[in-house]
Amino acid sequence: MSARKPLPRWADIALLPTLNLLLAFTISGLVVLMVGENPLEAMRILLYGAFGYGEGFGYTLHFATNFVFAGLAFSIASHAGQFNIGAEGQAYLAGIGAIMVGLALDQTHWLLVLPLAMLGAGAIGGIWGFIPGYLAAKRGSHVVITTIMFNFIAAALMVYLLNNVFKPKGQMALESASVVNAGKLPQLREFWDFFGYAPVNVMMFVAIIALIGTFILLWRTELGYKIRTMGQNPNAARYAGISNSKIIMIAMTISGVMAGMIAVNEVLGVQNRLVIDFVFGYGFVGIAVGLMGRNHPIGIALAAILFGALYQGGLELAFEMPAITREMILVIQALVILFTGAMEGLFRTPLEMIFTTLEFNKNSKEQKG
Amino acid sequence: MAEKSHNKMRRRQDSAASNIAIELIGINKHFGPVHANKDIDLRITQGSVHGIVGENGAGKTTLMSILYGFYRADSGEIRVNDKQVKIKDSSHALQLGIGMVHQHFMLVDNFSVLENVILGVEDNFLLATSLKKARAELSRLAKEYELEVDPDMLIEDLSVGQQQRVEILKALYRGAEILILDEPTGVLTPAEADHLFRVLETLKKQGKTIVIITHKLREIMAITDEVSVMRRGAMVGTLKTKNTDPSQLAELMVGRSVLMKVEKGKANPKEVKLEVKDLVVKDDIGVVRVKGVSFNVRAGEIVGIAGVSGNGQSELLEAIAGMREPEQGEVFVNKRAISSDKDDGAAKVRKAGVAHVPEDRQEQGLVVSFEQWENSILGYQDEDKYGKGAFLSIDACRNEAKRQIEKFDIRPPNPRLITANFSGGNQQKIVLAREISSDPEVLIVGQPTRGVDIGAIEAIHNNIIAMRDAGKAILLISVELDEIRSLSDRVLVMFDGHIVGEVDPTTATEGDLGLLMAGVSGSGAKRVTATKKDKTTGVSGSGAKRVTATRKKKEHK
Repeated sequence: MSARKPLPRWADIALLPTLNLLLAFTISGLVVLMVGENPLEAMRILLYGAFGYGEGFGYTLHFATNFVFAGLAFSIASHAGQFNIGAEGQAYLAGIGAIMVGLALDQTHWLLVLPLAMLGAGAIGGIWGFIPGYLAAKRGSHVVITTIMFNFIAAALMVYLLNNVFKPKGQMALESASVVNAGKLPQLREFWDFFGYAPVNVMMFVAIIALIGTFILLWRTELGYKIRTMGQNPNAARYAGISNSKIIMIAMTISGVMAGMIAVNEVLGVQNRLVIDFVFGYGFVGIAVGLMGRNHPIGIALAAILFGALYQGGLELAFEMPAITREMILVIQALVILFTGAMEGLFRTPLEMIFTTLEFNKNSKEQKG
Repeated sequence: MAEKSHNKMRRRQDSAASNIAIELIGINKHFGPVHANKDIDLRITQGSVHGIVGENGAGKTTLMSILYGFYRADSGEIRVNDKQVKIKDSSHALQLGIGMVHQHFMLVDNFSVLENVILGVEDNFLLATSLKKARAELSRLAKEYELEVDPDMLIEDLSVGQQQRVEILKALYRGAEILILDEPTGVLTPAEADHLFRVLETLKKQGKTIVIITHKLREIMAITDEVSVMRRGAMVGTLKTKNTDPSQLAELMVGRSVLMKVEKGKANPKEVKLEVKDLVVKDDIGVVRVKGVSFNVRAGEIVGIAGVSGNGQSELLEAIAGMREPEQGEVFVNKRAISSDKDDGAAKVRKAGVAHVPEDRQEQGLVVSFEQWENSILGYQDEDKYGKGAFLSIDACRNEAKRQIEKFDIRPPNPRLITANFSGGNQQKIVLAREISSDPEVLIVGQPTRGVDIGAIEAIHNNIIAMRDAGKAILLISVELDEIRSLSDRVLVMFDGHIVGEVDPTTATEGDLGLLMAGVSGSGAKRVTATKKDKTTGVSGSGAKRVTATRKKKEHK
């Protein structure tokens, strides 16, 4: 019996992240104050930049798409008890699959390119997730260590491949040839002028489907049941005849496939070619998205929009307020990640105590009355 | 905190009684909506052994935790040696002379005995002086109280009984005058328990006060002077031990009369269902725990495996259940081998018709963070009745959960409740309900009533016997001798990885079993009569164990 009771579900899902977020913004505000700008004005610019007009909103959605995939990648592995911090590398290498399909089918139709590019990128991302999964399941190496190493391997490999394989002859820039026709995934601005020049594209719908699919996978299928059992209690999984090693490998592979979708979004939806470092840290931010979203699709969707808004609004802020540099924006983003991801339990203990006391008082009043 | 007037009056009436070591007056403790201790009054006489009994969740441990400073009471008064105190934390409790020996030892495994004893009470930053002082003090305590332990041994090399001695030494070294022991005999052999009782007896003679929390009524009768019974957070009575008997205590604990004996008819064994042949099993760190075990279980009988915990029963159970790959040997169900070298071996075993109630329900049998209905299909998630193909039918699962709840009287009857919020007894019922509902041919059960209330024990035992009478083959592993004896039709005794004997539970005495369990007796496996001579000449020690074991093997052939 413990002296504190767990929080009510709504407080755990909504109240706690909100408090963390408020704290992050308060401290960010102090930082803004220190560089001599008005924090409220900064907040206004940030919000307006992210949601205030079509193009800004389009960018927010575009970033959020990446964060949904990254967040799902993290949390699917997390449900199986694996801390996959390799989404960055998995997405990066998956770019190869995306661009190869895009270039090969550039003269067909995007409806053909989209599924095959997802397949190609998913396959490579999946393999890059499977290998650490295999090593963890069969050789006992820790996923945190292997995935972080695999990020470095992926980065080095891509530099080599871009230099020696994908870069067209006689070109200086370290990038592949571009897709020009069907290889370019349709951007939403082609249908709605509202989005201005924002790169948000059909992959946003794929992200929504991925969110729903993940929910079904985890809570409505046998495999999901096994993954969750494995993550919550590996001994019980063994007892239930669920192969621990198989589940680790499967979950890590699905996780890698999800990360691979970032590549499709970036390579065929925005850049139209394979460029160096196109993943741009989305994979790492995905960890914070997953943690803040409590590894649940709804939470991940909300957290992804929050981080999308921070990215887009932050860019706007750096532009509007010269004293707030690009690096300052990174500081603010880092604070949000710190308080919502790494220190998400900061308010848990005090909140639990408050709730226990409230309930206790209510009970004793009822007893008296 | 206002002291209640009736408590004051009660105390004044009793003030004639002398030398009270601890007095609790009107103690209340809530955990959220749970009223764990209700107006508890308790007086413990100095220099006595005082037992506290009650079912799980009756509030014994909470009460003692308040006394030891882990929790603070919501209201009420604690008096130690007739002085009112507010115990802030465990170090404060120690200052007041209250020491506690926990059920799960709080020792650092790779430290020596000496290092463990001084842990937290070092005199200064140089260890040498503290160690020297402790060494002298330890040898004094050892002589005085029969608590010999080699101070330089590492904890991990000590037996469980010796580790417990270290815990007691720790408390005494810190100057404890009042010693609280929480379920002290749960992990001990009968011989070790006897030794513990002698130690407690000596401690009592030296004027120490001992409080012992237990659910074993036999021990209460054997060593206590007074006994207090708790039920659902309230103190229902304090009695002189010599004026009471186990059935009265049990009735007080449960609130109704309890059948102390299991009612069952004669077994009607048929064909062999489960056969284990020359099984050799290693544990997680590669130590051979099961050293060539063979036996069989027939349809319609309960075979019990008795033994002190840690003699290979757990590994044997896991190997049969497919959770642990045997090094050698085979397990047959219906003459078909079911051993597997894959890590989903348990699925194969289940398919062969074996249901398994694991020893540790929270570690293995349940995912405690899941809702109850999710646990009601654990291990059977692939079956078509819970959803076709890859999908899981939530409705089918919840309906099955409701059926199990109804049939096995699981409380509260709510399949959406998180499993961790069920009591221990109901958690065990969730596991049992699931395994029995799968209608297996063989049921293997480990520690079916560990940490389960007396009321629920009855129901669990009846379920197991009903399974037997329905013609299932049942293998029962338990460290509770009473349980083994009352449920089993045949008893196998396991010691140091070997089956060292088979006894008939209707004729064998507790002493016979105890000696076999301790690996002492060399009395014939099939001969049940352990003579007095065996008892006196049997020598303990590893050399003797080996001899017994090998002799046993020869006799089998």
